[in-house]
Amino acid sequence: MAHGTAAVAKIDSPRSPYARRKTTRGNYELYSWVFMRASGVVLIVLIFGHLFVNLMVGDGVHAIDFGFVAGKWASPLWQVWDLLMLWLAMIHGTNGVRTIINDYATRDLTRGILKGLLLLAFTVVVVLGTLVIFTFDPCPPDAPAELLASFCTA
Amino acid sequence: MTATLEAATPTPAAGEIPSFTVTLRIRRFNPEVSEEATWEDFTVEAHGTDRILDALHKIKWDEDGSLTFRRSCAHGVCGSDAMRINGRNRLACKTLLKDVNPDKPITVEPIKGLPVVKDLVVDMEPFFASYREIMPFLITSGNEPSKERYQSPEDRAKFDDTTKCILCAACTSSCPVFWTDGQYFGPAAIVNAHRFIFDSRDEGGTQRLEILNDKEGVWRCRTTFNCTEACPRGIEVTKAIQEVKRAMITRAF
Repeated sequence: MAHGTAAVAKIDSPRSPYARRKTTRGNYELYSWVFMRASGVVLIVLIFGHLFVNLMVGDGVHAIDFGFVAGKWASPLWQVWDLLMLWLAMIHGTNGVRTIINDYATRDLTRGILKGLLLLAFTVVVVLGTLVIFTFDPCPPDAPAELLASFCTA
Repeated sequence: MTATLEAATPTPAAGEIPSFTVTLRIRRFNPEVSEEATWEDFTVEAHGTDRILDALHKIKWDEDGSLTFRRSCAHGVCGSDAMRINGRNRLACKTLLKDVNPDKPITVEPIKGLPVVKDLVVDMEPFFASYREIMPFLITSGNEPSKERYQSPEDRAKFDDTTKCILCAACTSSCPVFWTDGQYFGPAAIVNAHRFIFDSRDEGGTQRLEILNDKEGVWRCRTTFNCTEACPRGIEVTKAIQEVKRAMITRAF
């Protein structure tokens, strides 16, 4: 070690950049992995149920208008159904895109920016969607009667 | 000194073995000459029974001595000569030229995702660092038994597949997740953890599962099966990773 250490010390260890940056032990990735599987199964039921009710039952696709949607959201069942669908789909999709960003973005800065944008998009859609489902008025006061659901006139 | 006999003997005819010329397109990199890696073609005479490694030897010994690659046993056991041949990770010593279409130039590159030192030699340190992290040794507690640690053939069979690993890095360097930033533990480390996690004599399973539960652990596996395809020992790598995932889930819930 005594010989030539001064000259050697200047050179960076070629191995330094390859050390694992930090250990992150915790069950976060485990739960997110399980969530993806579980929510995927639930979403299949929710989405196909939604498509069936909207497009196949009764008059099918021709029945969809403001009154139809208003009628559905007047019932707590469909409120819960759509809320669940919104939240599960958004978390499932966001988590999937997060995974893709982790896999494809090589630089930490790019990764951070992309994840920030993703989180912003997620928040906007979820907050707006949730507000719509809960504050929705099925019978707006000055709308023409023929556009409204049947129970509004009562 | 030992070569006298060989030199004295006239070269025997190759007999029935057909010989042909084959072009190897090798990815050359020498940081002392250039920062850029370049392709270089070599055409050599080869026999139908020759492997990629034989062709590389011919180039190194007869054409260009500066060609650099690793190999030790040359028989598929030491795991030194994993390289990317025609776009797939293989051992040069286990790949016959006739199996990789010698009619067209055969591309030979260093394995991906690890820093290249020179030509086909990569720095394996990040790979071994992950391997060390999963503690690839028997962990027990209490007194050492006076006889051998008994294990039934059924218990041994549980991890038989993963004992075959030769640490050639063909799997880890075939993994697209590893290519991104090299932070992922990689299939090889998980395979070697699997070998001890499912060993009935070992008591460090919980610790190893804890280590692989990392953000860069088994959950980064996207089941693309590149590793299983690349493994020169035929280990079902993706299956082993799934078994480790299952063990973690059963432990957590």
